[in-house]
Amino acid sequence: MSEASPAKAYALHLGVIALLFALSFVLPEYHHGLLARIMVLAAFAMGYNMLFGYVGLLSLGHAMFFAAGLYGAGLAVIHLGWNVPLAFLAGIACGALLALAIGLLALRTNGVAFMIVTMMFAQVFYLVILYFAAWTGGDQGLVVPQPARVLSFGATSLDLTNPTVRYMSALALFSVVLLVTLAIVRSRYGRVLVAVRENEERTKMLGYDTFSNKLIAVVVSGTICAASGAAYALLFGYVGSSFASVQYSILPLLWVLLGGAATTLGALIGTVFMYYVIDIASGYTSAYLLIVGIALILLVLFFPKGILGTIRQRWLGWLP
Amino acid sequence: MMPLLTTKGLSRNFGGLRAVDGVDFQLMPGEIRAVIGPNGAGKTTFVSLISGRIQPSSGMIVFDGADITSRPAYLRVRQGIAYTFQITSVFANLSAYDNVALPVQRTLTDGRSKGAVRTGVMAALERTGLADRAHMPAGQLSYGHQRLLEVAMGLALKPRLLILDEPTQGLADSEIDNFIELVREIAKSATVLLIEHNMPVVMQLADRITVFNAGRILAEGTPEQVRANTQVQEAYLGTAP
Repeated sequence: MSEASPAKAYALHLGVIALLFALSFVLPEYHHGLLARIMVLAAFAMGYNMLFGYVGLLSLGHAMFFAAGLYGAGLAVIHLGWNVPLAFLAGIACGALLALAIGLLALRTNGVAFMIVTMMFAQVFYLVILYFAAWTGGDQGLVVPQPARVLSFGATSLDLTNPTVRYMSALALFSVVLLVTLAIVRSRYGRVLVAVRENEERTKMLGYDTFSNKLIAVVVSGTICAASGAAYALLFGYVGSSFASVQYSILPLLWVLLGGAATTLGALIGTVFMYYVIDIASGYTSAYLLIVGIALILLVLFFPKGILGTIRQRWLGWLP
Repeated sequence: MMPLLTTKGLSRNFGGLRAVDGVDFQLMPGEIRAVIGPNGAGKTTFVSLISGRIQPSSGMIVFDGADITSRPAYLRVRQGIAYTFQITSVFANLSAYDNVALPVQRTLTDGRSKGAVRTGVMAALERTGLADRAHMPAGQLSYGHQRLLEVAMGLALKPRLLILDEPTQGLADSEIDNFIELVREIAKSATVLLIEHNMPVVMQLADRITVFNAGRILAEGTPEQVRANTQVQEAYLGTAP
């Protein structure tokens, strides 16, 4: 892991970022917009993968961290009139704090109990959003007004509703999250996380306080997911309770499983794959979920470790 | 000389079974102590209590002058009590290198010491003869090598007390000779507490032997004294007719 060709791994990741950058200039308008959305959601998936792939903790409540960022940023703009950078930071801070609180409580459990506890907390969060409909817009959600979605540095200003600016902002978020994830999993701390996943008892007997290590991982994971949510609110201008529903807790799990758990690039591949299968299938039939389901079954049968996980296992052992 | 480790009235019940029953035990710094006894005598439970993997029902444990009875296992490891498992539990999917890197990086106080991890890992692997297998996944090593990897991980913690739970179980005779040399080497810098069934190994290595039976200490002494002890002979061989 830490020994295998660091230069190769970094070159690959920078290459992917460069490819996404280049795609901005060649993609037709529709796919351009779709890919911007996918990159933001891939950051969400990477945050999820941090905990699920590397620490082996399966959470069914990560929608709450995404939604904490979404509402933290969105409500700060709508009700407090904060500017874009401040609102983005507010979203991240909301997610980080929520993750710390949830981590302290949920990490007292393991395995199936952890899944249920995180799912329950996420449901509570969802219901709280609906309950305070006066501020959150309830199940209708809120629209972040277009004039507020402008990033200004002195005289120059960037309009986040402009497709190119939006694409590049999404790419910036994606790149930062990707490189941070890569740095973490290749670090000594990343090695400890994998050890916890493989055998927590043994890791304790090497002198590690596994609870603290897991708590940090929950906070890092929640913070990344919140950053994705905050970016979503500011770039796409919609803050809605559906993003806090259980569906958005399951989706990152699916994206990560498709792309390959515990691979840094799997989250992107899984998200792209899922979006385009839905996109293409829904062009042919209204029963597109059937096709998605069949695609998922085939993947589990033939690529049980996900697309990138299988590639790593069979051909490219050095992939991080 | 002050003992490195003392237990007073240490007990652990599993339901109605008293697996460890009021054990008073002392271990001097620098010695190699073997713990022997029939199956189910409470040897593994006893060392698990010392390492903190399980909590005692009553009694106390003093390590290096400090009461560690209620301290969690990971803090005991940091204090210098290392435990190698009876059932090999290396991280099978990680390379041998990464397995040893985990304990090495934890003992480094300077988090930025570049290269120090690699040096420490290779030193531990060389001591156990695994250096040329550093990049193999631990799960693909032979059983004997996995046992050695366990020891390398224990060594990498730079322990003051190294607890080896049946380290030669499943090793070939040729491997056992090397192993005895390794333990002698380790004992120069650490106190060794060894649970072992293989009597020739015990007789060659141990300075003193503690015999457990039914959760209690039956006898304690030098290998010669223990060998001559009639109670020990009865516990192992049954009463003479």
